[in-house]
Amino acid sequence: MIDVLIDITLLAFLAITSIAILRMTNLFATVMLYGIFSLLSAGLFVVMDAPDVAFTEAAVGAGISTVLMLATLALVKRPQRPFYEEAPRTHRAWLPLVVVVVTGSALIYGTWDIPGFGAADAPAQTHVARYYIDNAMPETGVPNVVTAVLASYRGFDTLGEVTVIFTAAVAVLLLIGGRRSVKADKSKTQEKQDEA
Amino acid sequence: MRPNLILHVVAKFVIPLIILFALYVQFHGDFGPGGGFQAGVIFSAAFILYSLVFGLDRAEKIIPARWLRILAALGVVIYAGVGIESMILGGNYLDYSLLGSNQIAGQHLGILLVELGVGITVAAAMLILFFTFAGRGRS
Repeated sequence: MIDVLIDITLLAFLAITSIAILRMTNLFATVMLYGIFSLLSAGLFVVMDAPDVAFTEAAVGAGISTVLMLATLALVKRPQRPFYEEAPRTHRAWLPLVVVVVTGSALIYGTWDIPGFGAADAPAQTHVARYYIDNAMPETGVPNVVTAVLASYRGFDTLGEVTVIFTAAVAVLLLIGGRRSVKADKSKTQEKQDEA
Repeated sequence: MRPNLILHVVAKFVIPLIILFALYVQFHGDFGPGGGFQAGVIFSAAFILYSLVFGLDRAEKIIPARWLRILAALGVVIYAGVGIESMILGGNYLDYSLLGSNQIAGQHLGILLVELGVGITVAAAMLILFFTFAGRGRS
């Protein structure tokens, strides 16, 4: 009973946050709402007994990405008004509504076939999950099955993930890292002088 | 009086706790929730807090950018190195069972080292991202 109440409260807040993000024009407030959205999702993961995922979502989604987005915002110096003109409307207002309602109904129809949450006969539970739960402890001696799967059984995947993060750092360094050299600045001012 | 005195005092009190918690998450990941990814992010959060409160220049003095590049690569090297070590010992790539005296000990050592590599790379990469983004506005 209490679980259902918490679920409904968190999902309601998620919906409210998403609508607020859609309607918000202030970029700073939008970034803050993104952080709140991540934190709410983390809470939802805790309710669904996935503390590892919740941990990551809270640390990366609510923490680091908010800081990075704020740093980017400080760089681009948000303008007072949107710097684009609203395009002239080419369709009636009911057209997007119909598209959304049809897509939404199709998605809800799709959920009818999904097995119930935590159902024992769901394909996700009957394939390799049983093997991991039975053998992770005797084979690796690690009580946390998530760690055993992540680091040992699926160690090669995790190596790939680490490489992705390393690549991201390298890409950021190559793209915007390093100070602009004095020479480049000089040639730019010269160009300006030439134009003048 | 210095500006933001309360912020400075509270940050100095909180940062060691954050680092301690990151180390706990890193090395207790075998038993509870957590592991290298989360620990790396929490560890970098401590330094991001420091640089937000005390300024980017002082933070870069503690961890120079050159070190961060080396550390980010070092984590991947540790991870891939564990795999190569297990190949040298006669097993498959990233099969930790041969690293220790028996299978359990080997798996335990392998998972610990691999998670350490993950933590180092994630922490260094997050700090590189933050320092690069935040430092770009400076002349």
